[in-house]
Amino acid sequence: MFREITLGQYYQTDSLLHRLDPRVKVAGVFFYIISLFLIDRFAGYLAAGAFLFAAVALSRVPFRYILNGMRPVLFLLSITVLFNLFLTPGEHVLWRFWRLQLTMEGGRFALKMAFRLIFLITASTLMTLTTTPNQMTDALEKLLRPLRRLHVPVHEIAMMMSIALRFIPILTEELDKIQKAQMARGADFESGGLLARVRAMVPLLVPLFIAAFRRANDLAMAMEARCYRGGEGRTRMKPLRYQRRDGVAYLVLILYFAAAAATRAVPF
Amino acid sequence: MASPAVHGLSAELADGQFIGLIGHTGSGKSTFVQLLNGLLRPSSGRILYNSEDVWGQKYDRKKLRAEVGLVFQYPEHQLFEADVLTDVCFGPRNMGLSAEEQKERALAALRQVKLDESCYAMSPFELSGGQKRRAAIAGVLAMQPKVLILDEPTAGLDPRGRDEIYDLISGMHRELGITILLVSHSMDDVAKYMDRILVMNGGVIACDGTPKEVFSRVRELEEMGLAAPQISYIMRHLQEQGIPVRTDALTVEEAAREILRRLPGKRDTAAER
Amino acid sequence: MILTKGLIHNYTKKDDEGNTLSVIRALDGVDIEVKAGEFVAILGHNGSGKSTLAKHINALLYPSGGEVWVDGMNTEDAEKLWEIRQRAGMIFQNPDNQIIGQIVEEDVGFGPENLGVPTQEIRERVDESLKAVGMLEYREKSPNRLSGGQKQRVSIAGVIAMHPGCIIMDEPTAMLDPSGRKEVIRAARALNDVERITILLITHYMEEVIYASRVIVMDGGRIAMQGTPREVFSHVEKLKALHLDVPAATELAYILKKNGLALPDGILTKEELAAALKPYFSASGQESEQGEHVNPGREC
Repeated sequence: MFREITLGQYYQTDSLLHRLDPRVKVAGVFFYIISLFLIDRFAGYLAAGAFLFAAVALSRVPFRYILNGMRPVLFLLSITVLFNLFLTPGEHVLWRFWRLQLTMEGGRFALKMAFRLIFLITASTLMTLTTTPNQMTDALEKLLRPLRRLHVPVHEIAMMMSIALRFIPILTEELDKIQKAQMARGADFESGGLLARVRAMVPLLVPLFIAAFRRANDLAMAMEARCYRGGEGRTRMKPLRYQRRDGVAYLVLILYFAAAAATRAVPF
Repeated sequence: MASPAVHGLSAELADGQFIGLIGHTGSGKSTFVQLLNGLLRPSSGRILYNSEDVWGQKYDRKKLRAEVGLVFQYPEHQLFEADVLTDVCFGPRNMGLSAEEQKERALAALRQVKLDESCYAMSPFELSGGQKRRAAIAGVLAMQPKVLILDEPTAGLDPRGRDEIYDLISGMHRELGITILLVSHSMDDVAKYMDRILVMNGGVIACDGTPKEVFSRVRELEEMGLAAPQISYIMRHLQEQGIPVRTDALTVEEAAREILRRLPGKRDTAAER
Repeated sequence: MILTKGLIHNYTKKDDEGNTLSVIRALDGVDIEVKAGEFVAILGHNGSGKSTLAKHINALLYPSGGEVWVDGMNTEDAEKLWEIRQRAGMIFQNPDNQIIGQIVEEDVGFGPENLGVPTQEIRERVDESLKAVGMLEYREKSPNRLSGGQKQRVSIAGVIAMHPGCIIMDEPTAMLDPSGRKEVIRAARALNDVERITILLITHYMEEVIYASRVIVMDGGRIAMQGTPREVFSHVEKLKALHLDVPAATELAYILKKNGLALPDGILTKEELAAALKPYFSASGQESEQGEHVNPGREC
């Protein structure tokens, strides 16, 4: 039951989007999401959709992988759309049932909401599909570097993220093993009320936490033994360096952002 | 595509046997062992315990898990209660026994694993490695299983801890008469203690017999990434060098007896240590 | 290379107010000297102090008494800390808990990155080190998909990439299966033979000890025995009293000797045993029957 959790669903292939500097991709997704909340006209959504479609096409990732990314949030998406559809007050009532009413405004709002969410999820899925978790943490470390002035431990946060990514599969496996071992001792994780189920988690969580601490302790020692002493004076084996294509990508991003913002002035 | 971990596997474990299960990593041992006590469900085929299908409609698998006790690798990593005694009570408690019965069984199990009484009230994390391991084994024994399966019970222990665990397990086999299936990577240990060996390779039982039968097939074992006990390589080498000895000795003592027996001009009686 | 003088280590257990509850002396006056290029095996049951000793050499622990010197540097000299850790690399027991990178080559690069080695050189060092342990073809794999033996070899590569003078291996094979154990020991021996890296191997497995140039047996925080494998394994009874194993050939020779055969001390391998036994059989060998072969068992 715990094995289904997967993180960092990288899709390996060679494409322009894969080769882009991860910083461009992280910044791109960030500004793209802002643009989605900025635009308010259908023309804007058209622009956002076209931009996204072009990116998907450039990524060479099969479309079904992108659809797969949508699946876990499908429920959330439909709830949001339904709420907006039926609970938005408005003047042009199209249909009414009990307390629910379907209005022109509601329909329009729900549609926009659906576009926003679908685009947002597609864009972030596309980023994780084309960027390895490692590149992602490297990019975050670089992009957030200015925050160091505010005494935010940027390097440490990035290091923690990448260690977490490495240990999630290991701890997941460990949890699976502990669960089986406790089941072999007659533990029951399936039946009983909520309280009983929560109680049944104790024999899982205590050993899991102990295991996590033991591993953390070992790992800290191993890192120290290999001369780790924080980000100061560290060099990188794979440093991030901007190429010409990254400059072009930033330019395209700025153009898109300007266009998207300009659509606010369009009548619809 | 997931290829099956075990397939077309048939084996019968008779009451009261002490069986070793060997096979290189990834040969399907763990899967086999988990199938045996109903933790995994076979995709096809059946597991029969006392002639009853374990995955039959009305079968009580919780009861099965109490009767077929399974001790996982590094079992001390599952300890979670504040003190040893309460932890050992976990199994009996899940069986729905009364508080007194739980305690009674737990105490009996702790005595079986020869854990000192001063440890019972201690936190499991204060114990030494070997003690922790024994406390964890007691946790399964307290359910009073009729079959005990142990997955590499000596992994990570030093020679002393290893000997203690083996003495404990073979003692339990003798005194309680329970059936024991033990997964091991050490050919020397398997040869020394077991009366039957199952060899797994590529998800099937490749070999099944007494230690002498199984270890006479060194070539096949080596092809499976396994080996014979150290001593049998020594005896083979002696024979190759023209020293007339049989090569089927599995323990050092046995080998010594054989060499002394073959010694020109020596009497057989002198062979005893 | 490594020198300890009267090394003492106490583990102090304190309660919440900081009062000392108990003191356990893990090392009790240890003097060892390891010369460059040696392959030293350290034996001893759990709790004999061998892991504590290993951590002192890497300056992960500091002496409660006595001194530890690595390459002429005192481990208590704070300024030399990183240099000491670079000179004396360390491999731990659990292969999963010492791999930091999510890709093999990135893990191997971790040490050199910490040392501030230039990017281009890191690449070269990573390739070299992976080649030295025979893991170059796995450079882009995730460590999670490797076997235990392969993971340990990656860890060893990670240490070699820091260009150490010696590597301390703290039970690197305890959690591995027999084939994984062989892989790791083969890699360690190759490093010692080819790269002349000093190896300190802590282990329980006798077959790993035989090849060492020197064996140190520890018990109760002290050195109980020391010498070449042959010297140490001449004392079978003493080793057994310390709850340690001896190689099978050594034990067999020991029993035969107790039964009146005059075999030399310190037999380690089957070849040596055969050579020592031959005279007994060749003198009047004609009358004894040929060794009957074991009947092949039933089909597997």
